[in-house]
Amino acid sequence: MISILNWIALLTALATSIGLLLHQNWRWGVGLLAVQYVSVFWLVQTHWPVSMAAVKLVTGWMACVILGMASMNTETAGGIEASWPQGRLFRIFTGGIIVAASFAISLRASSWLGLGLPLTWGSLLLIGMGLLQLGITARPIRVIFGLLTALAGFEILYAAVESSILVAALLSVVNLGLALTGAYFMNLTQEEEP
Amino acid sequence: MSAPILWIFLPLLLAVLLFIPRNQKIVALVGSIFAFLLTLAAWLIPMDTVLSLANWSFKITSSFDLLGRHLILTSADRSLLALIYGSSFFWFVSSPATRARRRFVPLGLAITALLVAALAVEPFLYAALLIEMAVLISIPLLSTPGGRPGKGLIRFLIFQTLAMPFILFSGWLLAGLDANPGDLGLLQPAAVLIALGFSFLLAIFPFYSWIPMLAEESSPYAVSFILWMFSTVTIFFGLGFLDRYTWLRDAPSLGIILTSAGILMVVTGGLLAAFQRHIGRIMGYSIIMENGFSLLAISLGLGSGLSIFYMLFIPRVLSLMLWALALTILKDNYSTLDLNKLKGLSRTWPFATSGVVLANLALAGIPLLADFPSHLAVWEGVAAKSLPAVSWVLVGCVGLFTSALRTIYFFITVPEGTRWSSHETIPQRILIVLGVVILLLLGLFPQWTLLLWTKLPAIFTHLGQ
Repeated sequence: MISILNWIALLTALATSIGLLLHQNWRWGVGLLAVQYVSVFWLVQTHWPVSMAAVKLVTGWMACVILGMASMNTETAGGIEASWPQGRLFRIFTGGIIVAASFAISLRASSWLGLGLPLTWGSLLLIGMGLLQLGITARPIRVIFGLLTALAGFEILYAAVESSILVAALLSVVNLGLALTGAYFMNLTQEEEP
Repeated sequence: MSAPILWIFLPLLLAVLLFIPRNQKIVALVGSIFAFLLTLAAWLIPMDTVLSLANWSFKITSSFDLLGRHLILTSADRSLLALIYGSSFFWFVSSPATRARRRFVPLGLAITALLVAALAVEPFLYAALLIEMAVLISIPLLSTPGGRPGKGLIRFLIFQTLAMPFILFSGWLLAGLDANPGDLGLLQPAAVLIALGFSFLLAIFPFYSWIPMLAEESSPYAVSFILWMFSTVTIFFGLGFLDRYTWLRDAPSLGIILTSAGILMVVTGGLLAAFQRHIGRIMGYSIIMENGFSLLAISLGLGSGLSIFYMLFIPRVLSLMLWALALTILKDNYSTLDLNKLKGLSRTWPFATSGVVLANLALAGIPLLADFPSHLAVWEGVAAKSLPAVSWVLVGCVGLFTSALRTIYFFITVPEGTRWSSHETIPQRILIVLGVVILLLLGLFPQWTLLLWTKLPAIFTHLGQ
């Protein structure tokens, strides 16, 4: 049963990360990121106590709230990416490559690290999708989505090898800091110099 | 009281409090005095020793426990603390002479404290997380108010953030190696992850594209402060790895990797600087070159090479400060640092333009200026190992020198009939003249910096002893 739930968490991570890549609307982005953190929570709790893994979920959702509120105030999200390539087909294609590559790598990595395939694949998939997002966008909110996705992937893998409370706390601070940076970027045009 | 409270938590607390006053001069004054006192304390007060002052005796302990982990600053770290807080002091004290933002001092103090915490934390891999926090805090300092975040700023955030996972994960592998020294299978992935982590963190070739972009978009004053602080702490953090792990220190490929990366950074930085028409970008490329020089100095061997590496610091910080100050004065008044739009300024802004040119020449390693003795030591060391290598390094230096000549050309192309005048304020003139005089004096008497750089090797247990 647990194993099936791990696979469901992996599929959720897959769906949300591809969704994040395809949707340009910030509302979709924030919503998908929030769902992504549920899958991160599930994969992390396979190695951490539920109470500690819940930190990832709460932090992730707090980051989503910060980004959502900032986007709501500025309403600058949306519109078309200025850089090439912009097409949905291209994103699906590159996303597919990341899915395939992360699967191929995770087959070896899971045995090397001694972790289950869903956990390793989920982690590498999120890292790959986050990096892909960073590579094809210059818009601040999407950059923050990409960084949070890549970090979430790393945190899944790192949770399996490190269970320090201080690390968990500092990583949460970093996640929240990234969300606040995103909010700051979005409000930058309205800022006034003293 | 413990040393981490004095050099980490108190500055963080003061940084928060300094957001309250609205007067920039008061903020700068308080921040500068505090940074100066911390520098003085680092220079004079030994840790873990009972000190008596009249009828009052006290001891500064070296360790502070936090959630089961430790922040440790020993007496051996005092020279590094003095270097870090001393350079912060110079940046803070000059900030009122520019139109630096009010939050420059509080944010700068918080960044300095977090970076000191990064050097003090045990296990030392937690440093990656603290450096990332300092990166996040530095974003408001580097952003331009009223505009969209530039590409350089976004790349800075991305690259510095990506460094953190690599370093944390390499730490896990290194812990595995500590537990099973015979497990050679972990060596290669650990080395690759460390190399990638530091390439992002220190902006090593080819991950340095954001530096000139950032130097073009943001305030030169803030950029130079951030780049100096981050590169200094990152290099010491990296040396901490070499100090701890014998296999890494003794790796035969270490010297080759450091030399290649250093040469690439010096050559590409210098050559690209020669073709720039934006003085901010030229400063950015010179910072890349300086990081390259640091790598080259370390590659010369962990004994004499490190001595040269320590020699680089004081002239570098002074040259960078002067350059940044002069550029900020020009940018405050012309809102651009494009050379085409700064033609003929030598007659109306003689102090600022002289500061720009002299700092540029100093970092290019021109004789009689502060950076020449340390650069000469690097050239000699590299030449002793490989003549083609030193030729490439000199090509890079010629590139930066060419950029200085081009800057001079633009500054002195004065329209007929322009009269001599000076638009700089008196504090600006005083600061620039002081900077120029110090650059010249350190060029003539490089031994004056001996006091600091001979104490720096004590930080490490195995390196340079």
